[in-house]
Order: sequence, then C-alpha cells, then structure tokens
Amino acid sequence: MAALLVVLPLLAVVFLNLPHVRLGNRLALLFAALFCAAEGVAALAAPEGFWNRAASLADIGLTLDLTRLLGTTFLVDALARVMFLSIAVVGLCAALVARYAYVDEEQEFRFANLLLLVTAGMNGVVLVHDLFALYVFLEITAVASLVLIVIERGKSAFEGAFKYMVMGAVATSLLLTALALLFIGAGGTSFEEVAAGLRASGTSKLELVALAMFLVGLAIKAGLVPFHGWLPDAYSAAPAPVSVLLAGIVTKTTGVYTLIRLVDAVFGYGEPIRRALLVVGAVSVVIGAVSALAQRDLKRMLAYSSISQVGYIVLGLAAGPGLGLAGAVFHLFNHSVFKTLLFVNSAAVERQAGTRDMDELGGISSRMPVTGTTSVIALLSTAGIPPFSGFWSKLLIIIALWQAGHPGFAALGVAASVLTLAYFLSMQRRVFFGKLAERCSRLEEADAWGLAPALALAAVTVALGVAAPWLFQTFLLPVRSIL
Amino acid sequence: MNASLWIEHYRLVASASGTLFVAGLYCIIFTHNLIRVLVGIELLTKSVTLLLALAGAVTGRMALAEAFIMTLIVLEVVAIAVAAGLVIGIFKHHGQARTRVIRELRG
Amino acid sequence: MTYATEVLIGLLVLVALWTVQTTILRAAIGLAATSVVLSLVIFHMGAPLAAVFELSVCAGLITVVFVSTISMTRPPTEAETKKEKTILARRFHPAIIVSALAGVALWASGYVLEVAAPAGPPASVRDVLWNVRRLDLLGQIIIVFVGVFGVVILFKEQRGQKEVGR
Repeated sequence: MAALLVVLPLLAVVFLNLPHVRLGNRLALLFAALFCAAEGVAALAAPEGFWNRAASLADIGLTLDLTRLLGTTFLVDALARVMFLSIAVVGLCAALVARYAYVDEEQEFRFANLLLLVTAGMNGVVLVHDLFALYVFLEITAVASLVLIVIERGKSAFEGAFKYMVMGAVATSLLLTALALLFIGAGGTSFEEVAAGLRASGTSKLELVALAMFLVGLAIKAGLVPFHGWLPDAYSAAPAPVSVLLAGIVTKTTGVYTLIRLVDAVFGYGEPIRRALLVVGAVSVVIGAVSALAQRDLKRMLAYSSISQVGYIVLGLAAGPGLGLAGAVFHLFNHSVFKTLLFVNSAAVERQAGTRDMDELGGISSRMPVTGTTSVIALLSTAGIPPFSGFWSKLLIIIALWQAGHPGFAALGVAASVLTLAYFLSMQRRVFFGKLAERCSRLEEADAWGLAPALALAAVTVALGVAAPWLFQTFLLPVRSIL
Repeated sequence: MNASLWIEHYRLVASASGTLFVAGLYCIIFTHNLIRVLVGIELLTKSVTLLLALAGAVTGRMALAEAFIMTLIVLEVVAIAVAAGLVIGIFKHHGQARTRVIRELRG
Repeated sequence: MTYATEVLIGLLVLVALWTVQTTILRAAIGLAATSVVLSLVIFHMGAPLAAVFELSVCAGLITVVFVSTISMTRPPTEAETKKEKTILARRFHPAIIVSALAGVALWASGYVLEVAAPAGPPASVRDVLWNVRRLDLLGQIIIVFVGVFGVVILFKEQRGQKEVGR
C-alpha cells in the first residue's frame, strides 16, 4: 500500500497527459488535491498494518502486490506517518492557493502535474531505506521544485532557481561522494548495511570524512547557516503557490527530515555529530531570527524565519533520541502548518494588494480581517506562545536540551523565541495593523479558495495547541518508540 | 578484473576523483560565466562517477556500482537539461549569461 | 607490465585540468573529451555497460546540450571575448595548480580505504538493475516526466506573449 504513494501520482500524470484525455485543466488540480487529501487521511486514520499490506482490488479479483513489483519493502513507522501528513496538508493547501492565484488554466494544469510529481518524490524520500534510492528521490524532488519555481518564467524566478540549483548540485555531489565512501566500507547502501559498517569500523578517519560530507550536503539542502544563501532568494522569487510548497514541506523533507532519519537510522547519536548539530542549529536559530528583523520584503522575512525554525528542529535532534527527537518531529510538523499558513496569507496579500514591500503596506487587517487574524495565530505559534502548537514543540525541545546537559543552548532557544516574537510583531504592525496605507484603501478580502486553507491551517494550529497534552500520549510516544 | 588489482591502485584513482571534484568546485566558485558553472557541475558528477566505479572495483560489487552509475547518469542528464534551460532563461531576460546578474538579487 | 591504469588516469586528470582553464566553447569540447577518457577508465575497471552509458550520454547528449546553450547565449562583442581571455589567464590558470595540489595532497594524506568483506558470486548488471534496484528505475521514469515538463515550461513559446517579466 505504501508503494502507491509513489506510483499513483506517476500514473495520474500519465493519465492526465494522454493525448485524447481532455478532462479540463481545472480537473487536473482537483486530481492533485484529492491525492493529497487521500494521503493525509490515510496517514491519520489508517488501521494497523494498512501500510504494509499489498494494494489489492479484491472485488475484481486483482491483487497488485506493488512491493513485489518494485522489489523493495517499505517500512512505515510513526515518523513516516507524520511526514505523510505534513506532505498531504501542505500539498492540499498549495493546490488551493494555485486555484486562488492562477487565472490561466494552462498554468494550473502544469502546476497540478508538477505538484503530483514533487509529491511522488517526497513520498519516495520518506519511504526508502537505502542511501542510493534516497538520492534518486531527493533528485526528483529537487528538479521538480526547480521547474516549479520557474513555472511563470519571471526574471527573479530564474535567478532564485539558478542559485537553488547550484547549491543543490554541490550538495548532491557531496552526498554521493560520501555514499561512495560508505559503500566501500559497508559493501552496500541500505540503511542497515551502512549502519552495521559504521558500527564495525569504529571512528576511522574515512568514516568521519564521509559523515562530515553527508552533514554538509544535508545542511545545504536544509538551508542551515552558513549554507543558507540560496533560501531567501528561492522562497521570495518563486510564485505564490510554489513558495507555499517549498517553505511548507519541500525544503523540510529534503533537508531536515533526511537529516533526522539518517542520524536516527544510520549514523547514530554519537558525540561529534551531536556537537556539530548543536552548533549549526544554534547559529541558524540566531542568524535566521536576526536577519528576519532586517527585511522589507514579506516573503524574505518569512524565509529567514524558516531558517531559524529549522535551527530549532536541529537543536531538538541534537538533544538526542527520546524527548529531543520527539520535540524535533513535533516542531517539524507544526512548522509545516504555521509556515504554510503564513505563506498562504502572504499570497493573499500579494494578490490583493499587488506588493510584498512591507513599507508600502499597512492596516490591511481592517480590510482583510480573516487574513489578519489567521496571521496573528500563525505568528504567535511560531514565537512559541501558549496555547498554540508551537509553544509545546519548542517547550519539548528546550526541556530536552536542558536534560541532555546543554542549559546554555536551552536558554538560547528561549531568547531566540523573544527575537522571533519581535520580528513578527513588527511585521504584523507594519502590514496588518496600524494606519491604513494608501495602496490598501480599497482592498477586498481573498476569495474562498484563498481563505479556506488559511482557516483550516489556523484551526489545526489552535487545535494542536489545545490538545497537545493528550496528543503526547497517542502521537509522540510512538515516535519515541521507533528507537 | 579482480579486486586486489584495484586495491593496489585505489589511491591513484581516488586522488584523481578528488582532483576532478576540486576542479569542478573551482569552476563553480570563480567563474563569471553561468555556463562554466554548468561545466563545474558536470565535473563534480564525473568525480562521483569515478569514485563509484572505484567502489565497485574494490569491493567486488561491480554490478551494483554499474547500476548506480547508470541511474546517476540518467538523473544528471535531466538535471543538466533543466539547468541549461535556466541559463537560457536568464539570458533571455538579461541579454547576458554572467554571474553578475544573479548577484543582484538582494532584499 | 602494462601501465594502462596509470596512463588512463593521468590522461583523465590532464584533460579535466585543461577543461577548467580554457574558453567556454573549448571547455564544452574538453568536457566531452573528459567523458571519453572516463568511459575508457570505467571500461578498464570492469564496468562495460556503465562505460557505454557514459560515452553515449555524457560525451554525446550532454555535449550537444552544452553547445546548444553556448550558441544561444553567445557573448555579444569582440571586446567581451578579449576580456574573457584575460580573466581566464588570471583566474583559471591557477585552477590547474589548485586542483593538482588537491589531488597530490589527497594521495599523500595516507588515507586507508577500509574495504568491506568480499561479496558472494558476482551478480550480473542486468540482474541487479532489473531485479534488485527496480525502485531506482521507477525513479528514472518519474524524473523523465519531470524533465519533459521542465522543457515544455522553459522552452515553449506562450501563446500571445513572448516573455513574462516581473
């Protein structure tokens, strides 16, 4: 059943592009949205053993054992289900924003196809248990998101995409070089083989070099400092629905999720790795937050904020398995939700007001109340204010850091939250509240397509925050138990 | 080809791979011309290809390494084609394919 | 005693180093030459299928892509070309030294490749590719679709508009 997550989108793309199938371009987007919705429902509500069962259409007597067809087994654990849910939620919202933002149906059709392909790529990244297959799906995701960034062929889009491409290519080469070295040492590339090889060889120089290269490559893909140069340009230059996708889930899947999975399943939580993660995470948290304060463009500010929040996730990972890992994964999901919400609203602002320059905007909340309110919810959650979801995940991370013997870093996490609050309040004041700017005097609220994702995401943030203590029992302890 | 032959030569091959890697990085970092960046990326890919072939020869698992190399080549062709498209797109917007133009994207 | 390995590797490094310090069109040809030598090296290492792939795809297809791209983005003036030559001398001739030094440093660092225990009977590439690594094949199919959309989006003239500026 899990293999469907990769195969079904491909089949959908093939179907949508068959020569005589003229379903109408809007329906392509519907296809993509439905697929994401189905993935989300399956991630949440699937019964035990659902994912590992073979896909079958028993009523026609047709059993399609995709795992035998594909020659691999996929093991779906709690971490994978969290990722599926995130991918589904963000994908669905991106589809809705595309419906809202695009008038041209041809554009929607292309977006829908690429959305399906990039989802197949991300699902593959989550599902694989082999380093080389991981590379294959990372590359699929990277190239598909490149094409998405330039889907409108705008000038700045090409430039942002080029930077993203170059950094991505360097990262990929580093990852592959490290893969080759680990292949030599372990004789294979599956997670189990490489992990066994690493354990057997102790800390030889070559293994350390391979690990270092892996970490640098993943840091580039995750947008961690000092390899974050491409991220603000790519996020702000991409068209609105693509930014939603990029910021909401693509960078997270190809960067932080892969880091978490590899540290957990292959590299282990050794001292040198934890120390490196602590440093990189802390630096990203601080520099991301400080840089965000200085921005004029709304989307660039959100991009630097993402860098900062991903730093938190890395800090959680550095605090080790158990509470740290749980906090990191929870914050990953929360960040998908509230960052997507912020980008959805920024898309609405951009479409209605025609600019992203925060100096030119002002007082929007009086004309676009829903957008304003949901933005407030998102920013409070990002800054870690109770009772929203962000508070709980940050709390977990800070407690885990404290318990792991890094009180300084824990304090840093708290301090940076204050910084986060500062830049977001500044954004809110300039854009949404305050005096109504001239440009904005005749604004209308975004239409239903633009509001629906915002409302849904805000609802999730609030609900998660309120229900967090209960959720710790059902949601997070299973994540801890994958260790 | 038996594994021990290549274990003799591994330092030569691995060092060559490293040379290619550094050459590719140098191209990417120090060039004014966007197409040379692509040349650098290709050199990085060749470095990895060589290292994978060495890995296969040295561990005796050449079939696996060959499969890796072939898949890698297919993926990289698509990636480079899209990258070339980006360069052409930048050229169409700016009239030149120099790195100066993308340094201008600042907030 | 044949020195085939040393000669081939040496040739590979030489061609690659020439590629990094020459004009852009020659660099594309140099890249093709590097691919040819690399394909010979890979063949010598016992990977004939991969060698053929490298030859036909990298030395062939990618070179065509590069030359087309270069022709579509030709430098505008004579002065530009002269300027390029001085830049090359100043910036890229050192590339040879830097890269060669890197290789020598790597050689001299005394790293030891710890090799995994020898495998069982050698598998055939066909078997590995079609049976063991089928997921990678699915990945290749997916990325080809991505590539097709990429080419359509990047190169197809939009109806009624030439460029979308922003």
